[in-house]
Amino acid sequence: MGRFKKSGSKETPGINTGSMSDIVFMFLFFFMVITKIRQGELFVRISAPPATEVQKLERKNLVSYVYIGVPIKSNLYGVEPRIQLNDQFATSQDIAEFIANERAARDEADRQFLTTSMKVDKKVKMGVVTDVKQELRKVGAFKINYSTKKGKVTD
Amino acid sequence: MADISFLLLCFFLMVSNMDTDLGLARKLPPMPDPTVQPPPVNERNVFVVLVNAYDMLMVEGKVGNINTLRKDAKNFFLNPSNSPNLSEKKLENIPFIGPYEKSKGVISLQNDRGTSYEMYIKVQNELAAAINEMRDELAMQKFGKKFSDLSEEYSKAVAKAIPVAISEAEPKDVGGTK
Repeated sequence: MGRFKKSGSKETPGINTGSMSDIVFMFLFFFMVITKIRQGELFVRISAPPATEVQKLERKNLVSYVYIGVPIKSNLYGVEPRIQLNDQFATSQDIAEFIANERAARDEADRQFLTTSMKVDKKVKMGVVTDVKQELRKVGAFKINYSTKKGKVTD
Repeated sequence: MADISFLLLCFFLMVSNMDTDLGLARKLPPMPDPTVQPPPVNERNVFVVLVNAYDMLMVEGKVGNINTLRKDAKNFFLNPSNSPNLSEKKLENIPFIGPYEKSKGVISLQNDRGTSYEMYIKVQNELAAAINEMRDELAMQKFGKKFSDLSEEYSKAVAKAIPVAISEAEPKDVGGTK
């Protein structure tokens, strides 16, 4: 009955790495799917104010972003809050053209669903925001979304 | 191959940001037509909220507090004691809900150019919370569910009974810039 004789040394076998690439690929695809690469660089510092009654921003491809905040390179551009559209600084007069471009880039059927997301720093005074809102009203972009983060408001 | 995919994996790990965009959705009013007179509004139906350049609140002519704003706004709309100073109610027949005493009230929110954005969002948030709470209560009472869990037609009915009546007044520069 020597057939089931144990071989002398009892070494633990190494981990089989054959399926590692499968697992890594799975991760890779997962991250590729959930990733959205931010187009354009942010020139202004934005820290969103907290709010509790938040809604998710649906249909990301129908959202145009307006950033308002203090420039990150404040030694170059000053400390006054500035508006950023696409990847350059702008003034409130440029909003009309910006919205027109955003509309032109979308399907005709989708244009009415175009939302403007206002990403504004919490320290910014409402004056600048009001100017932008007035410009948006003039060009008929009525759907807006004040970008906030989830958090407690009152104490 | 595993090495290459590891590299790619690291790349996507770096560039991906998981945060979803959250925010308060609002609809701006169209520009006022100078030829059309605004319709007359009964003063008791307007809940005036002012925020000045020093982030102080004035609610209905008195110094307000952000912590009680939600309660005050709800009280204004629901008007449980039928006070003549709070909003009027009109009995309306709403599908799926039946006769409901719909408030005619409107919140008028006015801010100064010097108001901070954070304060403005706080006020907007509290007013939205008041409306959401009232909707939840009505939905709970009629359908036994929260407003967000209702089916589409029911939630439309509730939204009809309690609309988002927040009007942003034309901007003014009253408090001067700080």
